[in-house]
Amino acid sequence: MTKMHMVGALNQALKQEMKADKTIILLGEDVGVDGGVFRVTEGLQAEFGAERVVDTPLAEAGIIGTATGLAINGMKPIPEMQFSGFSYQAFHHFAQHMGEIRQRSNGTFHLPIVVRAPSAGGIHALEHHSESPESFFIHAQGLKVVCPSGPYDAKGLLLASIRSPDPVIFLEPKKIYRSFKEEVPEEQYVIELGKANILRQGNDITVVAWGAMVQLCLGAIDEFKTENPNVSIELIDPRTLWPFDFETLYASIKKTGRLIIVHEAPKALGLGAEISARVNEKAIFSLKGPVIRVTGLDIPFPQYALEEYYLPDSFRVKKAFRQSLEYK
Amino acid sequence: MKKTLATFTVEYQQVMDEEGNVDQLLMPNLTESQIKELYHLMKLARTFDEKLFLLQRSGKVGTYAQIKGQEAQVATGYILQKTDWIAPSFREMGVYIARGADRVKIVQGWKGDVRANEDDPKTARSLPVAVPIATQCLHACGIAWASKLRGEKDVCVTYIGDGGTSEGDFYEALNFAGELKLGVIIYCQNNQWAISTPRTKQTAAQTIAQKAIAAGINCIQIDGNDVIGVYKAMSDAIARGRSGEGPTLIEAITFRMGDHTTSDDASKYRDPKLVEEWKIKDPLLRLEKYFKKIGTWSDDYGKFVVAECEKEAEAAITAALAIAPPSPKNLFAHVYETLPPDLVEEEAEVLSDVETRKSLYANTTKTGGA
Repeated sequence: MTKMHMVGALNQALKQEMKADKTIILLGEDVGVDGGVFRVTEGLQAEFGAERVVDTPLAEAGIIGTATGLAINGMKPIPEMQFSGFSYQAFHHFAQHMGEIRQRSNGTFHLPIVVRAPSAGGIHALEHHSESPESFFIHAQGLKVVCPSGPYDAKGLLLASIRSPDPVIFLEPKKIYRSFKEEVPEEQYVIELGKANILRQGNDITVVAWGAMVQLCLGAIDEFKTENPNVSIELIDPRTLWPFDFETLYASIKKTGRLIIVHEAPKALGLGAEISARVNEKAIFSLKGPVIRVTGLDIPFPQYALEEYYLPDSFRVKKAFRQSLEYK
Repeated sequence: MKKTLATFTVEYQQVMDEEGNVDQLLMPNLTESQIKELYHLMKLARTFDEKLFLLQRSGKVGTYAQIKGQEAQVATGYILQKTDWIAPSFREMGVYIARGADRVKIVQGWKGDVRANEDDPKTARSLPVAVPIATQCLHACGIAWASKLRGEKDVCVTYIGDGGTSEGDFYEALNFAGELKLGVIIYCQNNQWAISTPRTKQTAAQTIAQKAIAAGINCIQIDGNDVIGVYKAMSDAIARGRSGEGPTLIEAITFRMGDHTTSDDASKYRDPKLVEEWKIKDPLLRLEKYFKKIGTWSDDYGKFVVAECEKEAEAAITAALAIAPPSPKNLFAHVYETLPPDLVEEEAEVLSDVETRKSLYANTTKTGGA
């Protein structure tokens, strides 16, 4: 067991699985010699060669379209979108083919692809480097969307994604690539896709958050606890954003009666909207008050001087806790 | 200081002219019986095409995209090995036929029944029709890339129209194919029309073939109605692909004799005189002229081919029309490997109402758009 950052855990997962499975090939912009702009694929080209860790031409549709063809013909490609905001240049491939080819071929072809994409905001990046595009991928249908919240989960979820027979969009929150370390077992382990993780048990409020928002919420819960020792808050990390583990959520709000959803993507048609709608359909009588969303704003992602006002922060999350508790 | 760094040429190739005269220097290695097979396949493609058109008009199949005039495409499928791949667009019914695709499934597919897209041993390595323009060119690159990584010699042929070559994916595919030196053949059926938009409105480039030059790959423009010439160009491109010399873009000059689809009316935007002009360049007609010139044509042979094609198409149509629509269960059968809980629930709801809803859809007419 070694303590490592998420970048190290992802790198280890890729390395171990590439050793075990010769059909895996990594492709993307600068993933080879450079090891990716965030160094997730560092050292892999040196170990596995330029045929298996491929620096492609700079063309996102080309990367995703060829990855689709590679998978149709028996490979397990792991393409990287250098930033999730650049995936829009390949969006037609996600929506028209990656999620559909199993159905369009009536089951003849399936696509064991994992698209890795550094995602979300919080690092004062340039324009178009901070998007949280999960809703687009979910709405495209036929895709799985995974978002780890720490090093341990990152390794287990990435291994599960690579072994998944369905295409997976693996969104890596870049804010937490190197912000904290966790114990990560050397041996391979998988974290089942489609199952949420209850990070904190509580009786009064259920909070759903993923990616970098998990660390934010853990901090906010701790701060709130010192001010309000009688309130206990449950934190659920869905780990897999789609298919979403609604059962775990329904069971939690049955206990707490209050629900807050925290995500970086804009509020309108963000995943929080779907979660709220499903709770409305399936578990509305568990609720004591309205579902509260703490999200990115319904504006284009701003340039970074004002990023803090766009993203959820501890202040907004704790404000939501207080608001939620007003409903008895 | 100025100097010329590179100069390029674009070649045009025709093996058999409109009168059935053959350029012996270019004649590929084809036996007379193989040429007869090509003729038979073109006739079969035309027979299916005409019948599918009529089936749409009588409401038995949905919107249909005719291949009329473009039947020389059969040579691109005929020449392939079973282990080769095709990644078609949507006007390549003749290619599927030439590869030996299940005739019943060809008709079934135009009934909007996805089960027709299931790969079977006969159509193995044929991707389903791709309606989003040019995306299939990138799939072809990935397919050929996988073959290359495993050291296999299989090629992948992908198809696109003249309009499709304006799409970004087309350029990205040329670029990937060139940079990775893939065994890809991009067969562009330049049929002069992208729905109502003529070839001249697509690009200022003098030829579509030359678009390959910027990507550093081989190209040629050919007479796309010359089935022998199509075979010849394919044969050369396949040889390059198998030997690791990389991809080829073939621009095949042809003409869409029909409308874009059965939902279109070309008379609104296209001078009917153009269609008349292209009639003499018909791929079947010129092969008949060739057979007559070399003395291998007889009226009996002509009638025999017509009768055989008629029989084959009618049998397929009868069988396809008798196939009941898929069960609504099929909607959920191939979304994920394992259906997630929420889809299990959605499926259960759909299935529980099927019996009640069935009668609502019993007499649905087959219409469509685009």
